Amino acid sequence: MSIKILTEHCSTPGIETFEVYRQKGGYVAVEKAVKKMTPEEVVEEVKKSGVRGRGGAGFPMGMKWSFLAKPEGIPRYLVCNADESEPGTFKDHYLMKTIPHLLIEGMIISSYALGANKSFIYVRGELMYVIRILEKAIEEAKAAGFLGKNILGSGYDLELIIQPGGGAYICGEETALLESLEGKRGNPRNKPPFPAVKGLYQSPTVVNNVESIATVSWIINNGGEAYAAVGVGKSTGTKLISASGHINKPGVYEIELGLSCDEFLNSDEYCGGVRTGHRLKAVVAGGSSVPIVPGALFLKNANGEDRLMSYESLSDGGFATGTMLGSGGFIAFDETACIVRNTWNFSRFYEHESCGQCSPCREGTGWMQKVLNRIEHGKGSMSDIDLLVDVSKKIEGNTICPLGDAAAWPVASAIRHFRDEFEWHIQHPLEATKAGAVYMGAVLV
Amino acid sequence: MEDIKPVMFKVTVDGVEVEVAPGTTIIQAARKIGPEVAPPAMCYYEPLKGSGGKCRACLVKVTAGSAKDPRPMPKLVASCITPVQDGMIVENFTSPQVVEARKGVVEFLLLNHPLDCPVCDQAGECHLQDFAFENGTSTTRYEEERRTFEKEDIGPFVQLHMTRCVLCYRCVYTADQITDGRVHGVMGRGDHAEISTYIGRAIDNDFSGNVIDVCPVGALTDKTYRFKNRVWFSKPVDAHCECDKCCGNVQLWYRGDEVIRVTARKNEWGEVTAFICNTCRFEKKKTSDWVIEGPTKVNRASVISANKYGSNFIKKPDFALKLAESQFKNIDDSRPYVNDMSEIKQSEDYKVLKQINDSYFKK
Repeated sequence: MSIKILTEHCSTPGIETFEVYRQKGGYVAVEKAVKKMTPEEVVEEVKKSGVRGRGGAGFPMGMKWSFLAKPEGIPRYLVCNADESEPGTFKDHYLMKTIPHLLIEGMIISSYALGANKSFIYVRGELMYVIRILEKAIEEAKAAGFLGKNILGSGYDLELIIQPGGGAYICGEETALLESLEGKRGNPRNKPPFPAVKGLYQSPTVVNNVESIATVSWIINNGGEAYAAVGVGKSTGTKLISASGHINKPGVYEIELGLSCDEFLNSDEYCGGVRTGHRLKAVVAGGSSVPIVPGALFLKNANGEDRLMSYESLSDGGFATGTMLGSGGFIAFDETACIVRNTWNFSRFYEHESCGQCSPCREGTGWMQKVLNRIEHGKGSMSDIDLLVDVSKKIEGNTICPLGDAAAWPVASAIRHFRDEFEWHIQHPLEATKAGAVYMGAVLV
Repeated sequence: MEDIKPVMFKVTVDGVEVEVAPGTTIIQAARKIGPEVAPPAMCYYEPLKGSGGKCRACLVKVTAGSAKDPRPMPKLVASCITPVQDGMIVENFTSPQVVEARKGVVEFLLLNHPLDCPVCDQAGECHLQDFAFENGTSTTRYEEERRTFEKEDIGPFVQLHMTRCVLCYRCVYTADQITDGRVHGVMGRGDHAEISTYIGRAIDNDFSGNVIDVCPVGALTDKTYRFKNRVWFSKPVDAHCECDKCCGNVQLWYRGDEVIRVTARKNEWGEVTAFICNTCRFEKKKTSDWVIEGPTKVNRASVISANKYGSNFIKKPDFALKLAESQFKNIDDSRPYVNDMSEIKQSEDYKVLKQINDSYFKK
């Protein structure tokens, strides 16, 4: 049985209430941090833990905190990014609805460490019931003296505000989130300046993912070194993986980073293997925006070594043969899945969610979607494949925010690994457009 | 008192070095050198604070970040929003990667553009035309249907053609920074985003006409000038008047003796130097309203100068030279020069070719 840092008490009945959470050792970390530690010590502890941002980019959280500018007389803000809307990722949703106090506790400690007196949780608007749960949790914490003025008599004040978003994927990008939080149109900002210097209301701001913040209380209770001892190499700690697709046991799993991909997919503790009677065709390892890889390349890298569920191992081989851990949205496809249709589906999502600010993303996502639509519906031509590759190259890296890259990678990788399937679609439109048609030439695991 | 010397940063753009003040952006440094190295800009507008970064037309490659840290930047950067560092080396037209990316941007911007230049009032002074002509390819690979919008009336003076819009946001910044209240903005998302007014509102204030001047394309045009003339058939003249609302410095556009349009003056980058009020722009259309200063200096490569000067004066446009330069190759041929054709004359191909050639010339 592997270590559970976030989900240890998730199955306890009533854990969403303050009393039960407190009985299980909740808010001890707040007491420890606020009474016995200085903010610098908290930051140091998080730095030692080596925990990396769980929102997708995997940037070390302690580093991010230490970059925060601290000018005199200007407030600092902590913003929790709970605008989780990547197709295939639903871990934050699960965490917030099951154990809301874990996030609240993490927010209190993190805000204390950063010297923020006002912190925000930006939750995507569709999750209204989760917002209610969080609001109730905040009320309870306030009543118990862990939030509000003069927390536990330490003289530290914190106001925690929940802001429902309007349901735009782009508002998960940190600067677009800040714009939206300020009440403006959710367009990503030009960088520099980075949020650590000029963020919310032009003040220094740290934006962290729900899962990242939720780890903080464990780190304070057990020490940064204990956290760093979990995991493998620079991928320390545990990660929530939201597993979906053609597997026997879809759901949210907490894994120790460094678990082998084979074990994650096939062991009964986690996914329970590919849908019984079927075989694995492809895997999206970290949410829809990471490159899709064939099943074989997910289990073993190009050199034949076993792949591990960690930031480094999954991206081993770069874009040619690797993928990314991303936000942990694991989607498995068996042989009945059509890669062309799936790529088109992802493209439709990115076209719909592009904010329309910079031209490569605005026009390119729509273009790719239309071409893929044509191929999927039997009206493609062979030159369309190279066209898609070229368009994705012209979007990638040339946009304001990473949404352009996120839209380009799935298309580019699907063509890189499954070109024959695209060709089959174009050459055999009558067969390919039949309901339930499956490409027979796929290499399965 | 100590002599305080302002610190200047040395920046190299396409091999030309220039000294600029800290805080300058790459595009401003490049413009200081001259139009040969200045990146094109479709959304960046110096007089408007906060503009830029959106169209990606000005992407450049930074091959050395600064003298202290000479690592190259990993991605192409938008030169209009990236501040210079001391010792920065920037590649613009000399970098094939930049040229390729810019071709992509042209293609993207033209993707949903209706290309109705023959009936568009902006044609001839359109930034998108210039940008596409200088940096793009002459063909499109887009086969899909172009996006279109419902026609919308946004007020008495300004005509909106949303299909032509490239979403540069300049008009939004203008309304924010020049006028009292902004009633229009960008609605929607992605490629269906559009410029529109809030429900039932018309753009109606003293400086609303300036959105026409800042619009790089024909999305916002002058209703009083609509379909009256082609830009290159009119003569621009600098003029001024006493105005209590604005500076009164304008350009009058003449057709014969008639003032058919009034616009603000623009600098060589197509940026308005001083914004003017609606009274000057839409109502004072008689020569007697104005004090004429003299003909506006027009870049001889511009289509506006066509038919107005003797052909001797027209300088060859730069793009032709640039094209010739880029395609010029030193002959590196080490094959021996064959003087006698006897061997070649024996070949079958030669005989066939000669036959065709002979029969052609006999006719």
